Amino acid sequence: MNKRQIVLSVNGTDHEVWVFPSDTVLDVLHDELGMADVRYGCGEGVCGTCTVLLDGDPVNGCLTLAVQAAGHEVTTMRGLMGPGEVMHPLQECFLRRGASQCGFCTPGMVLTSVDLVRRCVSQGQARPTRDEIRYALVGNLCRCTGYTKILDAIEEYADQ
Amino acid sequence: MVAPPFDYVAAGSYDEAVRLLAARGEEAKILAGGQSLMPMLNLRLARPELLIDINLADQRPPSRTGDLLRLPALTRHRVLLEHDLVRQHCPLLAEAIRHVGNVRVRNRGTIGGSLAHADPTSEIGCCALATQARVVARGPDGERTVPVSELFAGYWSTTLAESQIITDVLIPVARPRQGWSFLEMVRRTSDFAIVAVAAVVELGERPGEIAAARVALAGVADRVMLADPGPMASTADQDLDAAAARIAETLEPASDVHASAAYRRRLARVLVARALRQAAARATGDAR
Repeated sequence: MNKRQIVLSVNGTDHEVWVFPSDTVLDVLHDELGMADVRYGCGEGVCGTCTVLLDGDPVNGCLTLAVQAAGHEVTTMRGLMGPGEVMHPLQECFLRRGASQCGFCTPGMVLTSVDLVRRCVSQGQARPTRDEIRYALVGNLCRCTGYTKILDAIEEYADQ
Repeated sequence: MVAPPFDYVAAGSYDEAVRLLAARGEEAKILAGGQSLMPMLNLRLARPELLIDINLADQRPPSRTGDLLRLPALTRHRVLLEHDLVRQHCPLLAEAIRHVGNVRVRNRGTIGGSLAHADPTSEIGCCALATQARVVARGPDGERTVPVSELFAGYWSTTLAESQIITDVLIPVARPRQGWSFLEMVRRTSDFAIVAVAAVVELGERPGEIAAARVALAGVADRVMLADPGPMASTADQDLDAAAARIAETLEPASDVHASAAYRRRLARVLVARALRQAAARATGDAR
C-alpha cells in the first residue's frame, strides 16, 4: 500500500501531506500535522474526542479516511478561534462555568454545540432547549464534569 | 486500535464499483458512510485488502414516484431525519433514525450501507421490514429488486451476491388509516438496541377492525425479523396485548453480556404491546 499525496484544507490552510490509504483524518491531523485539539478516544465513533467539521458538519475523525477529506474543508476547534487565538465565545462560557476540567473532551463538545446552535438559529429557532443539547451531545463523553456545567455553558452561549 | 493496511479507490459510478468488486471478490469491501465498516477495521474485525469508496458514485436526493418513496442508498441518516418527503411518507423511519448513533454518525452513515451491514439490532432494518421496503441491487448482470424480508441472512450477512451493491431503497408511502410506532430499549441513549420494535397497523372499514399489521423486531435473533402477530379481533388493548404475547412466545433470543434471553423475550412482549397500541391509536387519528 503506497502513500499518496493529498491536499488537506484545515482551518483555511492547505496542507500537502503524504498519507496511506488507511490513514484517518484523525491520524493525519494529530500525528502528522501536530494538531492537539483532535484526539484519539475510542476509535469507534462513540466518544466524540476526534470530532472535526467536514464542510461544516461534525464527523468522526477516526472513521473518515484522510483521502476522503481531500477537496473538502476540515475545521478543528482551533479553526473557530479568532485571529491571534482569541477564544470563541463558547470557549469563554466553558471557562466561566468550569465546564472544562481535564479538557480532553472539550474540542468535541465545543464543535458539536457550535454546530447545534448554528442549526437552530438557521432554522428560525431562538436556541436549543436543554433536552435538545443533551440529545446532540449524546456522542460526546466527559469523565470529569458530570455534564451539568457543560450544559450550563452551552445554554449561556446559546442565550447570547 | 488502528486499521490494518488496505488499498483504496474512489469509484465514480456504481458500474465502476461493481466492476472493481467483481474483479476483487472477497478481498474488497464497499465503503459508504463508513460508520460501521470503519469501526470494524479499527477493531480489526475485518481485513479487506481494498476499500471501494462509492460516496462519489451518486448524488441523487430522495424522491417520490406514485406510491413509492425512493431513497438512494447513499442517503445520509441526517437527511432521513430532516427531509420533508421522508417525514411525510415514512414517518416511522424519520422517528427511528433519532435512535441511530450520534450526530456525527448520522452525518455520514447511509441507509444502503446500514442495510448491507445487516446488523441484528438495526433500527433501519426494522423499519424497512415493517414498511415492506425493497432494495435495488446492482451487479455485473444488471439490477434486481429484493424485498428486505428476503435480504438478511444472519449476523452481518445478506443474501446479496458478492459483487452486488445496493443502489436504492424503495418504500411504499404511508397510507391513510395506517399508523406506526417505533420503540426500543437501550442501556445508554444511542447504544445498540437490546430490543427494538417497529410496528405498522392498517385499519379496516369497520370501526376497530384491523386490516393488516406488521411487526418487526431487532435484538431477538441473528437478524432483524418480521414477527407474525396473527389474527387480531380488534384494536382493543386486550387483543393487541394477546398478539404481543403470541409473538413473544415464538421468539428464541440469545443470552449475552447485555441481556438474558428471558429478559429480551419479556422486553419484546412489552414493547410490541406498546407499539401496537401506539400504531393503532395513530391510525385512528388520536395519537397518544
